[in-house]
Formats: sequence, C-alpha cells, structure tokens
Amino acid sequence: MPDKPSITVCDATLRDGSHAYSHQITMEQVRTYATAAEAAGFSFLEVGHGNGLGASSLQVGESLVPEGEMLRAAKACLHRTKLSVHVIPGFATIQRDIAGALEAGVELFRVGCHCTEGDITQRHLGHVRAAGREAWGVLMMSHMVSKEVLLEEAKKMQSYGAQGVVLMDSAGAYFPSDVTQKIGLLADRLEVPVGFHAHNNLGLSIANSLAALEAGARIIDGTAKGFGAGAGNAPLELLAAVLRQRGYAVNLDLYKALDAADVAGKLFAGSLPDPSGITIVSGLAGVFSGFAKPVQRASAQLGVDPRDVFFELGRRKVVGGQEDIILQVASELARQTPSKTIQPPAS
Amino acid sequence: MSPPRKLPVAILGTGNIGTDLLLKVLRSPILECRLFAGRNLSSPGMTKASLLSVPVSAKGIDSIRALQGQVELVFDATSAEDHLKHAPLFEKMGVVAVDLTPAKVGRMCVPAVNLADCLDQSNVNMITCGGQASIPLAWAVAQANTGVEYIETVSSIASRSAGPATRINLDEYLLTTETGLQTFAGCPRTKAILNLNPAQPCIHMQTTVMAKIKNPDLARTREKVDAMVAVIRKYVPGYQLTLPPMLEGGRLVIMVRVDGLGDHLPRYAGNLDIINCAAIAFAEARAYGR
Repeated sequence: MPDKPSITVCDATLRDGSHAYSHQITMEQVRTYATAAEAAGFSFLEVGHGNGLGASSLQVGESLVPEGEMLRAAKACLHRTKLSVHVIPGFATIQRDIAGALEAGVELFRVGCHCTEGDITQRHLGHVRAAGREAWGVLMMSHMVSKEVLLEEAKKMQSYGAQGVVLMDSAGAYFPSDVTQKIGLLADRLEVPVGFHAHNNLGLSIANSLAALEAGARIIDGTAKGFGAGAGNAPLELLAAVLRQRGYAVNLDLYKALDAADVAGKLFAGSLPDPSGITIVSGLAGVFSGFAKPVQRASAQLGVDPRDVFFELGRRKVVGGQEDIILQVASELARQTPSKTIQPPAS
Repeated sequence: MSPPRKLPVAILGTGNIGTDLLLKVLRSPILECRLFAGRNLSSPGMTKASLLSVPVSAKGIDSIRALQGQVELVFDATSAEDHLKHAPLFEKMGVVAVDLTPAKVGRMCVPAVNLADCLDQSNVNMITCGGQASIPLAWAVAQANTGVEYIETVSSIASRSAGPATRINLDEYLLTTETGLQTFAGCPRTKAILNLNPAQPCIHMQTTVMAKIKNPDLARTREKVDAMVAVIRKYVPGYQLTLPPMLEGGRLVIMVRVDGLGDHLPRYAGNLDIINCAAIAFAEARAYGR
C-alpha cells in the first residue's frame, strides 16, 4: 500500500454537540468526555458553545456553564490532545472573548465566518497569531457558493495568517462530488492544509469525509456518535475505522476512539442524532443545522409545520446566526395558514 | 417672511456614509453643504459630489479647518481612530461635531429618545446603525417593565452594504452598541450580535431586540413600542415593526425591518439610512433651534 499522508483529526463533540444539547453541557460531562478524547488521541478537542466563543445568547441559546470554566476544565484533562475553540466575528470580540480563551490555555482558534465574508476574520486571526497561538480559518455554510468563491475567501484567510482552512458543510447539504471539487481545488491551490467538517442531514457524512480525504484534505472533523447540530456530524468512531482501513497515518488508538463513542453515548443519551423528516428537510433546504431545535420550538408554539419553516428559511438564504428569522418565518406562516378549525364551512 | 437662513455644514469622509449623508443634506430645507472633504478626488463619492456641484476637497481635515467661521456643523464620517484626532480640532474651531464613527467622544444621541438633551452639546455620537435601530426599542421595553435583567440585539445586514471600515471594526461596532443599550435602557447586562448576509437580491436591514424580564407586561410593552415606532418613523420613514412584542422560550422578542430611502445605496441598505437619518434629525433640530 502506498504511503498515505498523516491526518489531523479534530473532535468537535463538546462544541457542535452543544447545539444538540440546547447548550446545557455540564462541567462533569466536559471532564468525562475530555478524558476519553485524550485517551483516544484525537489531535484537537473543540469545546464551548455551539456558535463558539461569546455566543451564549438569547439568539442562539444560553450556555449552562460560563465558557472560561468549561475551557479550563477541559484543558486540565488534556495533555497530548490540544484544546481548540470556534470563533465567529460578529459574536465574539478579541477583548471580551478571545483574551479570556488565551488565558484559559486554548491552543487553536478556528475563526469562522459565512463562506463569502472572509475579510471579517482578519483582525481575529491576526490577534491570535500575534499572541503566538495557532489559528485556522473556517468557511461556514460552504455549500452555498462555488469552489472559485471558496478559494478566494480561503486565500484571504491564508493571507491573514490562517495556518489551515476548514470547509464546513454546516447544513449537511453536500454530495461527495461537491466535496471532491471544492476540497480538491483548495488543497491544490492553498499553501496551508485544508479540512472538512461534515453534517449528516442526507446521511452522507462519512462518504463526504472520505471524499474530502481522497481529494487532499489533511484535517477532518467529527464528533463522538455524531453528537452535533441537526442530524449530527461524521461519527468519530466511524472516521477512526475508515482512516485505519484506508491506510491514513493517524495518532489514534482505535479501541480508545471506539470507547470514547461509548462514553459519549452514555453521557448524552437521549440527545444523540436522530435523523428525522425535519433534519432531512433541513439538509434539502440547505439551512444551518443548528436551527433544528429553535425551528421545532417555534413551530410547536405557533402551530406550523417545521418542514415548511425550513423550506422558507432556505428560500430566504438565511445564514448561521440568523436564528431570529425563524420566529418571523413561523409567525408569517401561522398568519398565512388559517387553522382548519376556524375555516368557514364550504357553501 | 423669508425662510430661515440655512445652517452651513461640511461633511468629512466620502465613503458610503458620507456620500449618503450628502444626498440627505442637499434635500434638507435647513442645511447647506459648504464642503465635501476626503482624501481621494477620484473616489465614487467625490465624483458624485462634483456632479451635484458641491464644493469638494481632497485635503481632508485641513480643508475643514480652512473654513473656520464659515461652517457651523461638521459631520465626521471617517473612522473612530480619525475622529479621536478630529474632535479637539472641531472644538477649537467652535463647530458642532456630529460623529458617525463608534469613537464615543461626545454624548450618545438617539433622536427618538434624547434629542432635546443633545441640542446644547458640541459633540454628539450617533452610536451605530444597529444601535439606532435597537436602542429606542430597548428604551421602550425598559419604560414598560420593571425587572429587565438582560437585553440583546441582533442585526443582519446585506454584505454589500458593509464597507471595509465596517468589516474591520466589527468588535468596535459590538462594543459601542452594547454600551448604548446599557446607557439608554439602564440595563447592566447587554449583548450585540451582527450578521452579514450575502443573499441576492440583498436582504433589507433586520434588527431584533430580545430581553429577559422577571414579570413582563406584554400589553404595556406593545403600547410603548408602538408609540416609539411612530416617533422613529418621523425621521426614518422605512422603519417598520415586523414582529410586535411576543414572548417565546422565556424571552421577549421584537423585530423591525429598516428600508433605506435609496439615496446612495439601494433601499436594502437600511443600516446606512438609519444612522444618517438620525444625524440629519439632530442637525436639523439644531438648525431650527438657533
């Protein structure tokens, strides 16, 4: 078998999983899972609110535990595995949020933005690099634009100091051929390693992750048992198996990676991904996976079909962070669709 | 009786904000633009001003200083960093400064809430576009309820309406908006969020205010918010309530949409419009109050 490249595996369980847990992850869950991730030997463990630093809010959901405490607790459990956070400018500021994370010992900052807005990451990437820590760029909702646009935005991030660029399929809307084209172009044209972050709305998270690796990705994201927003992410235990079977070099302990999944299975029982009509429609509509819970909540209160809400959100091309529009769309649909009980009898 | 003498003003900064302001000043019955000053005579804003026969200069702040005694008010649409340098110079010249950057040198002004308190000030700060849209609602919420524990605002704007200065200054935007919410609503815990959305056709500015309130009085909140929206619409005609106050998931939610007047950028750029309409409302009140 020819030598295959070494792959950086990022464990986003305690960050993307936050969406699936209404941001109520406890300190005990952080410690227990971080210990399991360390044993498995994942390269990075990402911790925090689903939308990253400073995102605990009425808009997206308030975190149970203050992020500083969460990060310090995780850090105390990690030695080989490095601690990472997600950062979205527009939510997080350098002064209020990045400064605290630097103090908590975060080693990698993954600075993300909607896939067309690379220039808003300039200052945050620059600040992290100037502080001597590792910084990557993340292009979210990357199914929405062409590979050429993604390359242009990724190049900007690279010029701001990003030491890696990750494409997120935030809506779980990619097909393997999309991954091959987009990751292939970036891997070919960037000087820094390229990564892929899958969601499983259409059941393609592992297929898409494998397509990314074959197209030249050197960074791959996953979560234990797929614990993440909407239909969840690429399950790390399956990624570990696939990487091994395809001969990629990784510093993983397979059994311990499988054990970490069992740990997550127990810790987050009842909130693990459960593909449903709603998450499937979410993927078809190309809407941010993290919207699943707020869409269900608003639809139930206003008596509308959550699938209609997702299709309408997709039509309006909402981006991550626009959770408030859910309530507006649901209210408008509720006004347009008079309840059957109040319809006048046919004459 | 002859109409009152127009107040002679100058605009410093020829980007999106400055150019849109120029068009609004030209339409004002009481303001007169004596100079449109920036650094680059070939910028789109300068070209537009020249076509409209407005005096222009590429000598920036120096050209404003040369007009000592000839202008009484200057709109500063440069950057927070630059306004910190300009503010003492305007003070020395004895002109009123209307600051459209997040520099926060002078008193924060939201015309619908505190116009009268600002009229004697020599420097007023117009906060941010999201601040102009959200602070009056937050103020109305605070008037209608006791026990307001936390206020948050989220604005989404079209990517095309966010110029390079906005993009590089997102942190300042958030901080200044949060400070404005704290000051006006008297609420120590506040948060601001900004989203840029590249959708085509461009999305119109959308602002949501959310609050955590111990015992919310929804009827009274609706009354206060309706009254406030009516006041804002007098100087920002495109300001519309799209989701009247409602309770959902333990939070109070209010949403507005801001259509611009379509002066410099098309009507989707309500963010540009609302901060400039606020600046004009202040300048006109000042002019009529002479």
